[in-house]
Amino acid sequence: MVALIGRRLILALITLILISLIVFLGVEALPGDTATAYLGQMATDESLESLREEFGLNDPLHERYLNWFGGILRGDLGESMVKRKPVVELIGNRFRNTVVLATAAALVGIPLAIVLGVIAGLMRDKWPDVFVSTTSIVGMTLPGFVTATILIYVFAIRLEWFPAITLVPSDVPVIELLPNIVLPIITLTLIMVAHILRLVRTNMIDVMVSDYVQMARLKGVPYWDIVFKHALPNAMLPTINVVALTLAWLLGGVAIIETVFNYPGIGKLMIAGITDRDFALVQGIAIILAAIYIALNLVADVLSMILNPKLRTARGH
Amino acid sequence: MNDCLVDINDLTIGYYTQHKKLVLVLQKVNLQIKPGETLGLVGESGCGKSTLGQAMMGYLRTGSQVLGGSIVFADHDMFALTNKQLESIRGRQIALIPQNAGDSLTPTLRVGKQILEAIELNANLSGADAKDRMVELLGQVRLPHPEVMAERYPHELSGGQQQRAVIAMALAAEPEMLILDEPTTGLDVTTQAHILNLLRDIVLETGTAMMYISHDLGVIARVSDRVALMYAGEIVEDTDVSEMFASPAHPYARGLLESIPRLTLSGIPNSMPGQPPIPGTLPGCSFTPRCSFASDLCTNQPPDFDSIPGTRHFVRCHNWKEVLATDFSQELQQVFHTFKHTTEDETALELSDVDISYYRPGIMDRIQSKPQPTPTVSGITISVKRGETLALVGESGSGKTTIVRTIAGLLPARNGTIKFEDFDLSVEVDRRPMEVSKEIQLVFQNPDASLNPRHTVAEILDQPLKLYFPHLNRDERRERQVELLERVRLDGRYRLRYPGQLSGGEKQRVAIARAFAADPDVVLCDEVTSALDVSVQAAVLDLLADLQHERNTTYIFIAHDLAVVKAIADRVVVLYQGRLCEVGAVDEIYSPPFHPYTETLLGAILVPDPNHEPQLLASDTPELAPPAKGCSFQRRCPYSLGELCEQETPPWQYPAESGGHKIRCHIPIEELSELTRDVGLDHINGNNAVDGSSQVIVQTKSNVEIPVSEPEKRGGLP
Repeated sequence: MVALIGRRLILALITLILISLIVFLGVEALPGDTATAYLGQMATDESLESLREEFGLNDPLHERYLNWFGGILRGDLGESMVKRKPVVELIGNRFRNTVVLATAAALVGIPLAIVLGVIAGLMRDKWPDVFVSTTSIVGMTLPGFVTATILIYVFAIRLEWFPAITLVPSDVPVIELLPNIVLPIITLTLIMVAHILRLVRTNMIDVMVSDYVQMARLKGVPYWDIVFKHALPNAMLPTINVVALTLAWLLGGVAIIETVFNYPGIGKLMIAGITDRDFALVQGIAIILAAIYIALNLVADVLSMILNPKLRTARGH
Repeated sequence: MNDCLVDINDLTIGYYTQHKKLVLVLQKVNLQIKPGETLGLVGESGCGKSTLGQAMMGYLRTGSQVLGGSIVFADHDMFALTNKQLESIRGRQIALIPQNAGDSLTPTLRVGKQILEAIELNANLSGADAKDRMVELLGQVRLPHPEVMAERYPHELSGGQQQRAVIAMALAAEPEMLILDEPTTGLDVTTQAHILNLLRDIVLETGTAMMYISHDLGVIARVSDRVALMYAGEIVEDTDVSEMFASPAHPYARGLLESIPRLTLSGIPNSMPGQPPIPGTLPGCSFTPRCSFASDLCTNQPPDFDSIPGTRHFVRCHNWKEVLATDFSQELQQVFHTFKHTTEDETALELSDVDISYYRPGIMDRIQSKPQPTPTVSGITISVKRGETLALVGESGSGKTTIVRTIAGLLPARNGTIKFEDFDLSVEVDRRPMEVSKEIQLVFQNPDASLNPRHTVAEILDQPLKLYFPHLNRDERRERQVELLERVRLDGRYRLRYPGQLSGGEKQRVAIARAFAADPDVVLCDEVTSALDVSVQAAVLDLLADLQHERNTTYIFIAHDLAVVKAIADRVVVLYQGRLCEVGAVDEIYSPPFHPYTETLLGAILVPDPNHEPQLLASDTPELAPPAKGCSFQRRCPYSLGELCEQETPPWQYPAESGGHKIRCHIPIEELSELTRDVGLDHINGNNAVDGSSQVIVQTKSNVEIPVSEPEKRGGLP
């Protein structure tokens, strides 16, 4: 298995290099460059040229790519020319904030989705199932900003329990962020629960009618032992990958939600980067998000392998 | 009547469809089982035998309900108990062994743990005592190295081992009653024979009563004291096993027994026309439409389930007297018929030295130029004559399907050549010219999986017609479709049906019609009858023989049922682990001298005759990969010569002058003939030993020597 993980790691690295190439070339293909973006339309040719010289924008393409990619490996994502600050510094606190929000949302949403999915699956077509399934679909179908707006109206404006938007700067201690994340968490949970829930529900239904659950029943195993020992572990296996994707989605900073709540996270930073044509920043964020997706998928695959005896002992090809 | 362990009275079970229509599954079933008795419950698919078995556990499929009658097991009315009470009886007093052991073990729990669970729940043991009992049970079902096996996950065991583990689980609390639902269906003949022996021993040892459910009359004959025959949700005959097989009193029992291909009789047996009705839909006897004894009385009035006066032989038939008046053994001789077809001298297909491997080296393997593992199939040299039926025979993993898939072009050959006329078939199908792929068609085992359920029969047949005969217009194709359906003896109106609206036998006919739509020279038949009921099987064999006769088609026929092979094949190839063991005409294969593996296979066959006992030569220990050197059968061979067999590839030996029959073995032919005469394969040559022919089973020495395969070695085979 170690060899298998090793092989997956190499593949992950190759994927990351490919993505960095696409990101780099994609940004390169956009009209204009950092210099024109920085100096605006009124810039003279000489000032543009001196700026390009200063930032090495006239170097050949491959050299710039290698410089940039080498920087990434050293943890240097370059310099934002708009803000005149290293990208890493810009991202730092914002990313922390997103991680706080994502972790909190995941801790609430994922267990909730699993529990509700199991209940719905066990009580298939009875009222708790119908209720849970319908509500979760509504939650998923409503666009995030609509949910957010409704929540803000009810809990912030009417009830005044939580602040409507975040007004603290990005570098406050985590504790001060907490009141601000309650409404975003509820919004994110409503969006993500349905995916996981529906998958757990279908798997649970399938597993509960499987031959081995029938066998356990005919063996005289008590109902809840069947559910927890025989059914649940098998129903959970296929959900690992969806959970990982959900986590990656959360860690990527859900831009719309962050924007609605004015939350100082990485998603909002990215939107700002795009409007400001801050290429170094956009590239940096893109590469971080790609790395997160790759890493979480890798973890999910390894986890499925560890938890699934069939994959664990399958050798060779 | 209270000496009965199980007493089923007028049990009727049914369910309501979405349109609130009542569909019966069982009607008025009466059945008693005494303590320690083994009852065989036989019937074709859909007759309600599994429902009856599950009902005895107090279990109904969702939607089904008891509409009348009762099941009393050990003084418990099974449908009046609470769930708690049922949990305490199930597993403890009555246990079920299901058909598919692989699916019945929870994949995420170790085998030992699952057995332990049954022990702790039902046998009131815990801790070290429970563990000891678990190991003891695994030993009792003759799993090698019980402690090692207990640590394995279900998928790490072979099919036979999984079945043994499930049996161990059922035996945990020493129940009074075991229900076995087709426990050996899907296992190899040798494994099946071993498991049945094990079950017989368990009954002798523990005095457990068994109800053995099966569609296979050979299996039923082997294990049962008494047999109950089901038809359309009813029990139609119930008598002791010798009576049932020697002089059955129900026309259905006779028809069923007559439609089984036999090793003792040559040719294809008669088939039974028609198919069973939905239970309770006919006013009279359910069997009337298929019955040759039927009269007006049968159409209008259902017969009672009565005993033949003075016996324990129960039958549900108005005309049992007439049925019994005809001599069954005479009748049996008459129903077999052979098709005369001519084999031409022209070679249709020639395989020389073909190796096939599923191994595909990855990029890294190629860079490191890793040596390739031993191929799955190796050294296959066979030539097939035009108009001939060549059967490939062997256990699962013997490479039969692999070879056929390669001929069909679904897999490439790694080495060697496959020649069809002047074309080279070593390449996959997309690189073959159209006129070659047209000539080679494949029929799959399971028509449910090989026919697209969303296409009508017309659309299914249209595809090969459009592909291979582009000049035909729509009307001409429609004519062809009707003609094809008629050739497989289906009405032209079937064009507009979907596969879901057809019975199993009809689906397989459509699949055969699809293969013949291309008007091929060679048809590859992969277990085409093994998913069918016996009464239908004979009809499909008949049809295949007929179609072959019309155009002199060449067949390559895979079957695990050696009686079916004997009925239809001209020549037989015996394969083990992807290597040839024996090649010869059908009569040469089925009579000595045998290759030790052929002998093992033939010895394990179950014959529908309660006096016959299979001969178990080699162990049924599964092998995961062929040995790199020597004879492929070395590890299981009962006559192994040791080093010679392990090191040297055995030479071909030719017992007959003509040279058509060849055996690959180190043991000289004369000795092989001597050896095989001792083990009593009399049933094959027609001298049915009435005395039970209970020779001493040759103990294989390989039984001890075969190392338990490590899980690491798995995955070498597809």
